[in-house]
Amino acid sequence: MIAPLIIVPLLFALVALSLPSDRLRPWLLPIGGTVQLGLVITALLNHAPAPLGNWFGIDPLSRLILLLVSLLFWLCSLYGLGYLRLRLDWGNRIFVTCLLVFLGAMSMAAMARHLGILWVAVEATTLASAPLIYFNHNRLSIEATWKYLILCSVGIALAMLGILFVAYAALPAASISLQLDDLLARAPGLSTPWLRAGFVFLLVGFGTKVGFAPLHTWKPDVYGEAPGMIGALLAGGLTSVAFLALLRVMQIMNAAGQAAIAHQGFLIMGVVSLLFAAVFVIRQPDFKRLLAYSSVEHMGILAIGFGIGGVAAFGAALHMMNNALTKGVLFLAAGNIHRRFASKRREEVTGVIAVLPVSASLFIAGFLAITGSPPFGPFVSEFTILRGIFNSGHYGLGAYLILMLAIIFIGMGSTVLAVTLGQPSAKEELSSYRDTLLTVGPPMVMLLLVLMLGLYLPESARKLFADAAALVEVKP
Amino acid sequence: MVDVANILLLLVILLNFFVLGSNRLGACIRTVALQGGMLALVPIFLHPISGHLLLLAGTAMVLKVFFMPWLLFRAIRMVKIRREIEPMIGYVPTLILGTLATASAFIFSDRLPLIEIHQGSLAIPCSLATLATGFLMLITRRKALTQALGYLILENGIYVFGVLLAEAMPFMVEAGVLLDLLVAIFIMGIMVNQISRTFSSLNMQNLSSLRE
Repeated sequence: MIAPLIIVPLLFALVALSLPSDRLRPWLLPIGGTVQLGLVITALLNHAPAPLGNWFGIDPLSRLILLLVSLLFWLCSLYGLGYLRLRLDWGNRIFVTCLLVFLGAMSMAAMARHLGILWVAVEATTLASAPLIYFNHNRLSIEATWKYLILCSVGIALAMLGILFVAYAALPAASISLQLDDLLARAPGLSTPWLRAGFVFLLVGFGTKVGFAPLHTWKPDVYGEAPGMIGALLAGGLTSVAFLALLRVMQIMNAAGQAAIAHQGFLIMGVVSLLFAAVFVIRQPDFKRLLAYSSVEHMGILAIGFGIGGVAAFGAALHMMNNALTKGVLFLAAGNIHRRFASKRREEVTGVIAVLPVSASLFIAGFLAITGSPPFGPFVSEFTILRGIFNSGHYGLGAYLILMLAIIFIGMGSTVLAVTLGQPSAKEELSSYRDTLLTVGPPMVMLLLVLMLGLYLPESARKLFADAAALVEVKP
Repeated sequence: MVDVANILLLLVILLNFFVLGSNRLGACIRTVALQGGMLALVPIFLHPISGHLLLLAGTAMVLKVFFMPWLLFRAIRMVKIRREIEPMIGYVPTLILGTLATASAFIFSDRLPLIEIHQGSLAIPCSLATLATGFLMLITRRKALTQALGYLILENGIYVFGVLLAEAMPFMVEAGVLLDLLVAIFIMGIMVNQISRTFSSLNMQNLSSLRE
C-alpha cells in the first residue's frame, strides 16, 4: 500500500515528460491527483499499524500529512487545468512533470520512517519545486528561484549535519540505525550533548524550509513570484511536510527525555516568527508577499502549539489542515486577481470586487478565515491552541499571541480591503481574464472544507488529529 | 593507514585556503574537485575495507571528481566568465577569517565529547573548518557560480563528518544524499546559465530587486 503512493505520481511524471502535446498534458494533473487521493483514502481506511523497523510506514502523523497533501494537490490540480489553459504560450512540459515529482517527493517524506530517507525526500521536494517557481521566466522569478535554491539547500545541508550528530550520539555502537523506531527505542541511551547539538541543527535546517523567522527570507520572494497555485502548494503542502520533519525530531527528543529543550526551541522559533510576521504585514504593499508573511505567522503558531503540547498540540495538528486549505483559497484567489490586473501592488490593484466578484469574495473570506475569525476552521484551532497555552499557565505567551494576532488582523485587513473594495483601477482593462468554474471552483471547495472544519468536526477527523498530536506528546 | 587519512584531511584543509584566496573560477572548480577526490578516498583509509565502503568511495569519486566539475565547467563555458569580481569582503580579510575559523575548529573539537577512537582524529576539525569555509564563500562571494561552489564545499565538510559514521549507515541513504547533491548542482548550473542570459552577467548584485 505504501509503494504506489510514491511510484504512481512518479509514473505520471514520466508520462508527462514523454507526452508531446501541451494541450493534453495538463490533464495528467487532475488524473494523477485523483488517483493519488484515492490511494491515500484507501490507505487511511486501512487501520493496520505499520510494521516496526521499515524505512517507510504510515503512522498517525503520516496519515494527517498524506491526507493534507493529496487533498490540496487534487484541488490545485483542477485549478491547474484552468490555469495552464490560459498559459498555453509558455509550454508546460517541465511544469507538469515537476509538479508530479513534487507530489511523489512529498508523499515519500510523509511516509519516511528513516531520518536519512526523510532528508532525501525533503531535499527532493526543494529540487522539484525550484523549476515550478521559475515558471514565469523573468528577472524576478530567477532571483526568487536562486534565493530559494541556495537558502533551502544550505538549510537542508545543516539538517544533514544535525542528523549525523544524532547518529554520533549513538556511538560507540556496533551499528547505528537512523530508523525512527530504532532511534526511539534507543533514545534514552543517546549521548545528550550530541543529541542537543543535533536538535539545534535540525531545527535551524528544517526550520529554513518551514520558513521560521529569521530564516524565512526566501518566502516573500518565492510566494510573490511563483504562480498562485505553486504558492498554494508551497505554503500549504511543502511547509507542512517540512514541519513533519521537525515533529519527527521532536519525537526523538521526547523519547530521549529532552522534551524541555525541544519545546523551548519550538517556542522561541514561534515567538520570533510571530513578531517578524506582525512587523512586515503592516503596510505591506504587495498582496502576494502579504500572504508569505501570513505563512510565517502560521508556522509560528504551529510551533507554539506543538511547543506547549497537550490540548495545544491537538489544536496545532488541526491548525495544520486549516492553514493548508485556507492558504490554498488565498493563493488561488490572489493568482486570479494577479492575472486580471497584471500587478500585485496595492496602489495599482483596487476594486477587484466589481471586476472579479467571485475571486474577490474568496480573497476576503480567505482573509477572514486565516486571521482566525469565526466560524471558520482556523478560529477553532487557534482558540484550542490559546486554551492550551492558558491551561498550562503561560499567561504572558497567551497575551503575546493574542496581541500579535490582532496586529496581523489589522495589517492584513488594510491591504486586503484596499485591494478588493473601492473603484476598479485602470489596470483591469489590460487582460481579458474572467473567473471560470475551474479557476474559482477549487478555492470555493477549499473554503467550504475550512468552514466545515470550523462548524463541525466529525469523530473520524477528530481522531485523525488527536492521534497525530498524541504521537509527539511526552510519554509519562 | 590512519596516517594516510590524516595527511589527506590536512590537504583538504589547505585546499580550503586556496579556494578562499583565488579569483580564477576554473582553478576554484578544479580545487573543489581535487578536494572531493581526496575526501572520497578518506573512508578507505579510515575504516577496514568492505564492499559497501568501496561502493561509497567509488560513487563519491565519480560524482565529486567528474560529474559536478564537468557540470560547473560547462556552465562557465556557456556564460564565458573566468574570474570572480571583487568579493564583498576582500581576499585577504576572507583568508584571515578562514584561518581564524580553522583555528577555532581545532580548539573547539578538542572540547567536544568525542568517543575514544575519534579523539585526536583530524576528521572533526577538518569537517568544521571546511563547513566554515563553505559558509564564508556563500556569504562573501557575489557570483552565482561561486555560491554554488561554496555550497559544494559546505557539503564536503558534512561528508567528512559522515565518513566517521560510514560503517554504520546504509548505502542506499548515502547514495540518495549524493544523488540529491548532484541534482542540486545540476539545477544550479541551469540557473547560472539562465541568470547570465537574463542579466548578461553573473553578478548577484543584479539579483536585488526583491526587497522590502
